[in-house]
Amino acid sequence: MADITDQKTRSFPKIEFTDSEAGALDFPSSKSRTYNYYKPAKLRATMYEDVTVDVQPDPDRHLTQGWIYGFGDGPGGYPKEWTKAQSSNWHSFLDPNEEWEQTIYRNNSAVVRQVSLCLENARRARAYESWNHAWVVFIQRNLGAWMHAENGIALHVFTSIQRSAPTNMINNAVAVAAAHKMRFAQDLALFNLDLSEAGIDFDGAAHRDVWQNAPEWQPTRRTVEELTAVGDWGELLFATNIVFEQLVGQLFRSELVMQIAARNGDYITPTLVGTGENDYARDLAASRSLFQLLVRDEEHGAANKELFGQWLSVWVPKCLAAAQALQPIWSQPAEKPVTFATSLDAAKDKFRTLLEDLELDIPKELDQ
Amino acid sequence: MSRQSLTKAHAKISELTWEPTFATPATRFGTDYTFEKAPKKDPLKQIMRSYFPMEEEKDNRVFGAMDGAVRGNMFRQVQQRWLEWQKLFLSIIPFPEISAARAMPMAIDAVPNPEIHNGLAVQMIDEVRHSTIQMNLKKLYMNQYIDPAGFDMTEKAFANNYAGTIGRQFGEGFITGDAITAANVYLTVVAETAFTNTLFVAMPDEAAANGDYLLPTVFHSVQSDESRHISNGYSILLMALADERNRPLLERDLRYAWWNNHCVVDAAIGTFIEYGTKDRRKDRESYAEMWRRWIYDDYYRSYLLPLEKYGLTIPHDLVEEAWNRITNKGYVHEVARFFATGWPVNYWRIDTMTDTDFEWFEEKYPGWYSKYGKWWENYNRLAYPGRNKPIAFEDVGYQYPHRCWTCMVPALIREDMVVEKVDDQWRTYCSETCYWTDAVAFRSEYEGRETPNMGRLTGFREWETLHHDKDLADIVKDLGYVRDDGKTLIGQPHLDLDPKKMWTLDDVRGNRFMSPNVLLNQMSDAEREAHVAEYRANGTKVA
Ligand SMILES: [Fe+2]
Ligand SMILES: [Fe+2]
Ligand SMILES: [Zn+2]
Repeated sequence: MADITDQKTRSFPKIEFTDSEAGALDFPSSKSRTYNYYKPAKLRATMYEDVTVDVQPDPDRHLTQGWIYGFGDGPGGYPKEWTKAQSSNWHSFLDPNEEWEQTIYRNNSAVVRQVSLCLENARRARAYESWNHAWVVFIQRNLGAWMHAENGIALHVFTSIQRSAPTNMINNAVAVAAAHKMRFAQDLALFNLDLSEAGIDFDGAAHRDVWQNAPEWQPTRRTVEELTAVGDWGELLFATNIVFEQLVGQLFRSELVMQIAARNGDYITPTLVGTGENDYARDLAASRSLFQLLVRDEEHGAANKELFGQWLSVWVPKCLAAAQALQPIWSQPAEKPVTFATSLDAAKDKFRTLLEDLELDIPKELDQ
Repeated sequence: MSRQSLTKAHAKISELTWEPTFATPATRFGTDYTFEKAPKKDPLKQIMRSYFPMEEEKDNRVFGAMDGAVRGNMFRQVQQRWLEWQKLFLSIIPFPEISAARAMPMAIDAVPNPEIHNGLAVQMIDEVRHSTIQMNLKKLYMNQYIDPAGFDMTEKAFANNYAGTIGRQFGEGFITGDAITAANVYLTVVAETAFTNTLFVAMPDEAAANGDYLLPTVFHSVQSDESRHISNGYSILLMALADERNRPLLERDLRYAWWNNHCVVDAAIGTFIEYGTKDRRKDRESYAEMWRRWIYDDYYRSYLLPLEKYGLTIPHDLVEEAWNRITNKGYVHEVARFFATGWPVNYWRIDTMTDTDFEWFEEKYPGWYSKYGKWWENYNRLAYPGRNKPIAFEDVGYQYPHRCWTCMVPALIREDMVVEKVDDQWRTYCSETCYWTDAVAFRSEYEGRETPNMGRLTGFREWETLHHDKDLADIVKDLGYVRDDGKTLIGQPHLDLDPKKMWTLDDVRGNRFMSPNVLLNQMSDAEREAHVAEYRANGTKVA
């Protein structure tokens, strides 16, 4: 038997019953159990609002001492001048997806499980072995090139923007978009790795040269790089999520890959690319709602519309040029169930609808 | 994933970056540091495919514990003395967290090496997690704890309170000024690497001793992301060290960041741990003892000292002086007394101290009673309304302190106060280093070289200036620190919730509040010199 006589006396805190539960006593404010410093959009505050609103302070709201650090060349905090867009109340934007800690991890983990299962099944079923050579090359080159765009946008568009917008609601929504893009880009890269190891004739290194040098991809790369060079966060968000994603991103993902993969014997890629489409649908909902607020702003709506018109005139031609340059890849697969013209028309149609939602004039370039 | 496939996965993910040839990312946030000679680092990349499920799992445990705490009636055994301070702490901390997220693109902009961008972007998502999970914990306290007042106005109170402003440095410091100073040295190399252990481990452990196991559940979960952040920071630090031109800037920033973190974090966490606890076992570690372990041994000796092999001069003197302030100059005790002096403009209640508390303090900090005992006896004596004014307006031998222009904690170690005319204004500082921070470090030139990207100290830095020469009752009302009966104060100098024992606006009316800085600037040279000499003589150094 163990000798227990020599054990050290252990020291531990004493628990005391204090009856400090809600409702134990009645006194002023004993029933004040809602965050009362902001007005929720509906009658009851949502979890999202409670954990998001006013966490980033604002001298226009409760912040009395102002920002206590400044930049060498200007004020600190979140200056409204960091975009030319204007709002009479930036705080009125709420993320329609209500993203916070729990939604971010739940949703993305669900996607991870879906993708992992799909890839596992594909490996087990040796699904890649039945791909025809033209399709292998299509994925190797084009999906391989595209993943760079997703990654660049994750790191140098969305991650950047979330330092700059004037409210926590905008910045958090954009941070979530960055997380989506980063996950999606990596999923495409790891898919590329799977294919390299699938025992088929797949060159896992080819994507680099295609992205860097293939003529059909250079206007896309140029546009992505030019996007990252935009300093105005509003323009950057608009040009990326409203223009580029519609005319290039959706064109490639929804109107090409999603339409033709199955006919080429590939049921894996659509599952993967579908997650990216789903992310974009969510992130677009947030951007749409932000830009809608701005065009409907009583004070600044007209000026914003004009500004967005200018942004369209810069970015629509660039994105259309990128889209046009991609045309040759429509003829690379063996099965060609859609033509470039059909795909581009579909993308333009969706883009027109989006612009109508935003009450913006349709740029004439779209009709050419 | 096997080790081999993990290595391949990392290599594959690295292939996602490319050298742009048409245009390069906009530089929104400048730095005076240079990274041209930075060696290629290849820190481990975070694979999102494992990251999301890992964090989801951690979240599930946290949320499970939260449900359990509510079902198990945790609040029957929570010490109010402790939970009241959480009204302050949890009002502050979600902002530094979200600011850390916002700081990540600054680091990405400043450091051209794409190898580290991935880790920084993942840190951004972690920090969104931390901020919102903490807001949610606070909401649970508001819903389940006996006194929700103060939790219910949390973000507003944070934004208009003197203590909130002190804490705000710990977030604004991450996102403003030179991108490397802010997002690397201040945020990661000092705040995360040195101080998150006291913030997120030591302090929550004390919560458990006071009947609250949710704070440790949430904050240990937060802390488990921190090692990745620390290695992000370390990679950037090593890159910066590769260029000799960065050395003076790094040395400047380490001095500023170390000292400011000490001033701000030790003030707050020291007070919570020493004055917020009911656990007075003699073998319970004091804040000073925790500090010795977490900061002095684990950070200073194991992290900072080894940097000397890169030729970097680290601020030994300031580490020793911080230790000296905590152990010999009563830094934490002074701050706690200052918070308690200011109770009418708090949005939390501060308990009185008992003989058991006194004995513990005397044991841990010999000489404590002779310096602070009488004051706390007066605090107890003046706790209830009716017969007396709030303690700040009674003569208890305590002069309302000047505020440090830099760290915004008052100049409580009075003999150390520095008074200088800076930018055409007489300013007070708690220490030489805080004076140096304003007058020398945060300027567009440093040691003869241009530092255009360095930040500036801005804003209405002395909180009292905003409320100068107003009636205390009006100040409290303006701040909104009034309960839902329209008259009872949220802050109280005791824990009794009997409405008859709680102070109302009427009880505090008739006391005019004056800003020490405004008054100082109105003085003639002779008046000011006399005033400052007297202030310094009121020092607290042990004979
Ligand atoms: Fe954090
Ligand atoms: Fe962190
Ligand atoms: Zn100071």
